[in-house]
Amino acid sequence: MPSPSEIALQVSDLEVTFIDSDGTLEVLDKLNFSIARNAFVCIVGPSGGGKSTLLRAVAGLIQPNGGKVLFPGESESKPQTGLVFQKPNLFPWRTLRENISLPLEIDHRPDAEISRLTQEMIHLVGLEGFEKAYPHELSGGMAQRVAIARCLVQDPEILLLDEPFGQLDALTRERMGDELLRIWNEQRKTVLMVTHSIPEAIFLADRVLVLTSRPARVIMDLPITLPRPRTDAMRYLPEFTEASRLLHEQLKGSTAPAN
Amino acid sequence: MKEPPSAATKIDFWQRLSRNRALLLLLSLLLFLLIWQMLVIVLNLPGFILPSPAEVGRKFLSVLSTGLLWRHFSSTLGEILLGLLIGISAATLLGYALSKSPLAERLLSPFLVGSQSIPMVAVAPLLVIWFGPGLLSKVLICSLTVFFPVLINTLVGLRDVPPELREVMRSLRATPAQMLRYLEIPAALPVFLGGLRVGASLSVIGAIVGELVASDRGLGFLINVGRGQYDTALVFVAVICLVVLAASLYGLVLLLENKVLSWQTWRKEA
Ligand SMILES: Nc1ncnc2c1ncn2[C@@H]1O[C@H](COP(=O)(O)OP(=O)(O)OP(=O)(O)O)[C@@H](O)[C@H]1O
Ligand SMILES: [Mg+2]
Repeated sequence: MPSPSEIALQVSDLEVTFIDSDGTLEVLDKLNFSIARNAFVCIVGPSGGGKSTLLRAVAGLIQPNGGKVLFPGESESKPQTGLVFQKPNLFPWRTLRENISLPLEIDHRPDAEISRLTQEMIHLVGLEGFEKAYPHELSGGMAQRVAIARCLVQDPEILLLDEPFGQLDALTRERMGDELLRIWNEQRKTVLMVTHSIPEAIFLADRVLVLTSRPARVIMDLPITLPRPRTDAMRYLPEFTEASRLLHEQLKGSTAPAN
Repeated sequence: MKEPPSAATKIDFWQRLSRNRALLLLLSLLLFLLIWQMLVIVLNLPGFILPSPAEVGRKFLSVLSTGLLWRHFSSTLGEILLGLLIGISAATLLGYALSKSPLAERLLSPFLVGSQSIPMVAVAPLLVIWFGPGLLSKVLICSLTVFFPVLINTLVGLRDVPPELREVMRSLRATPAQMLRYLEIPAALPVFLGGLRVGASLSVIGAIVGELVASDRGLGFLINVGRGQYDTALVFVAVICLVVLAASLYGLVLLLENKVLSWQTWRKEA
């Protein structure tokens, strides 16, 4: 167990219930977990199970009905969380550069700082030369990288990623995963990422949490002990296959009874 | 086999012509005037029924040189601009307020929909009775005509701001003012400008309806005078001025749209 000062995010007894015309929908039920500083944690779980809802609650976009989201090592200067949504959600009337600089404009940073930090981010996600392109001129993978850059430019303590590579083909997906690991390594962030892909979760994460279907609870917390930096060759190690088998069985088990 | 060069240049000529829109416009205008003039000559119509283009042109020059035309044109223009200013501001502000309060919108929307089907021509006499035949009643009629399309489009534009972009703004901890500046205004602008385009053309009709009901100046007044004196050429001059006015206002909004929405050009191409 990490000591309290090393914990970046603590979720305790988190409950979220949606109320709509045809009754109430219990999405999260007494959810508990904590994440160590600089850890890379992946969440897998059945579709519609409440993973996006969890990230939204952690990002402060939903008021939970019960429980708490705590950031123990609170620092005043930096924003706690930055959220990358399931879709890129870029602003169509803003160029690539203007999309990335938006958080800094909202934060009233001086112009010189805005253009310096924005340029750094464009470099980091490898989109030089496309600064003046509008979102409709970008490929899906490029748009998703812009969304990640828009999140990173705020320099949040905790990155919340909601299936950031969901709409990409397998190869682009792996390349983006590599890039994400590189960024995570360079910037030393805490990452909480939702994904549908078990191999992706194992390849990226220090820990994989498996959620049940609605109401979501953590039914498995699997440490991934593969050494870093991760390489493609590790995908064929017995350790990888074993983790994959465990997660797959848990997921199957968690999906079946609820539906 | 080569095509004969004469045919090639012919095709080339027509293609170039069909691409040159200014030239085409000029040509169709000339053709229109020609047919008009022919009609007058062939049917041998008296001037008070259908004046020839030449007569209208002479009339135009004479009222232009006496300053009569400018006096009436400028007063109509003034009414329209004031009406636009008031109508657009009121509609935009109310639209924003209503978009923030779904309850108020639901309470008001039957009235908004209903009021759109009231013909301005029918309300204009009332406004003249209440506010007199002067500038005020014209400006009011004009702003009322502009008000509804702009209000509706402001509402629709703001309502259709993508909720996921709202969430992005909230996740970036934006204040309501920043939400307005960075998201709501740019997102609602295309629909808003669509309303403005309709409103700008309608505003000319509004002002004229007001002037036709009761007034002592303006292009509508000029039309009344021309009709009373069987000076049909004068009526034509006034009508043509109105058309030019309405078209310029429309063109101005189009210009604004093209400038503000340049990021959207791909939509028109597609
Ligand atoms: N704002 C809301 N109001 C009402 N119900 C909602 C709302 N947001 C989500 N839900 C419901 O909560 C449940 C969980 O949704 P959520 O988006 O968190 O699932 P998810 O695990 O992210 O699914 P996926 O893997 O398909 O993205 C769904 O049944 C959804 O219909
Ligand atoms: Mg989701």
